[in-house]
Amino acid sequence: MEQIRQEEIVAAIRGAAAEVFETMLNLDIAAGEPYVEPNTAETTDGVVALIGLAGAWVGSGLLHCDPKMACRIYSSLLAAECGDLDINEEILDAVAEVANMIIGNAKNVIEEIVGPLGMSTPTVVFGKNFATRSTGADPWTVVPFASDSGMMLVKLCLAPAREPQPIRHGFVPPRLLSL
Amino acid sequence: MLLDVLIVDDSAAIRKILQRVLRQADVPVGEVYEAGDGVEALDLLKGRHVDLVFADINMPNMDGLQLLGKIKGEDQWKKLPVIMVTTEGGQTKVMASVELGAAGYVKKPFTADQIRQTLAGIL
Repeated sequence: MEQIRQEEIVAAIRGAAAEVFETMLNLDIAAGEPYVEPNTAETTDGVVALIGLAGAWVGSGLLHCDPKMACRIYSSLLAAECGDLDINEEILDAVAEVANMIIGNAKNVIEEIVGPLGMSTPTVVFGKNFATRSTGADPWTVVPFASDSGMMLVKLCLAPAREPQPIRHGFVPPRLLSL
Repeated sequence: MLLDVLIVDDSAAIRKILQRVLRQADVPVGEVYEAGDGVEALDLLKGRHVDLVFADINMPNMDGLQLLGKIKGEDQWKKLPVIMVTTEGGQTKVMASVELGAAGYVKKPFTADQIRQTLAGIL
């Protein structure tokens, strides 16, 4: 099975984010030092867009930004005013689509290395003091981005898909009961 | 001649952006219809005349490739140009779109120029 290096994931995320921000948002962002984060349910504030990935490798992609950045994403993407950091459905949809484009374009690069990957539609969460966690113990590769409009993190957690488990000798599958 | 356009994407943001980009690309747009997935798109097509369809691939209920297959499977829509607009850049999805009869393929993120160039070969 092909392996992917941390640097390759970071490069895929950086390239995808730069392309999306330059092409669709006309916004300057600077990628910071990438780091690895353990998969623990630490609480956070702001807007989080989550996308599932599956194929020869499985995992999740995530975009996390503060309300100020979410507003800026919305107003740049849609050439519209965003008043008073009031996070509404339209802003969440804009963040979801930016996450879709960044994770999607990163995925296109990554699947050249690990094989085909499918992608879910985004799920967006907004609030204060909430936690996100994916199943499994694999850590997240995190690329932070900074701009004068706030902060954004793009994270990817990927691991080889487990082989399907054979039925063990002596294991009796449960029978369906009709009631 | 004005073109009646159907935009199919589960993202309301992308549907708005495409409308704006079509204006920026000087495409003579008449009516614009929007759908959030392939099922809604087929319902809209049944009751309206449409000259051009833009469709995302990854959508709930019915994805863009399934929608493309349904459109090209109907005699009344066989010649309707369908342009896929998607983050999917892999050869598999591009080839599947071509085989199903897509008129064009635009990868997100896109510019007005890319839309203009894609349409130049179709309209």
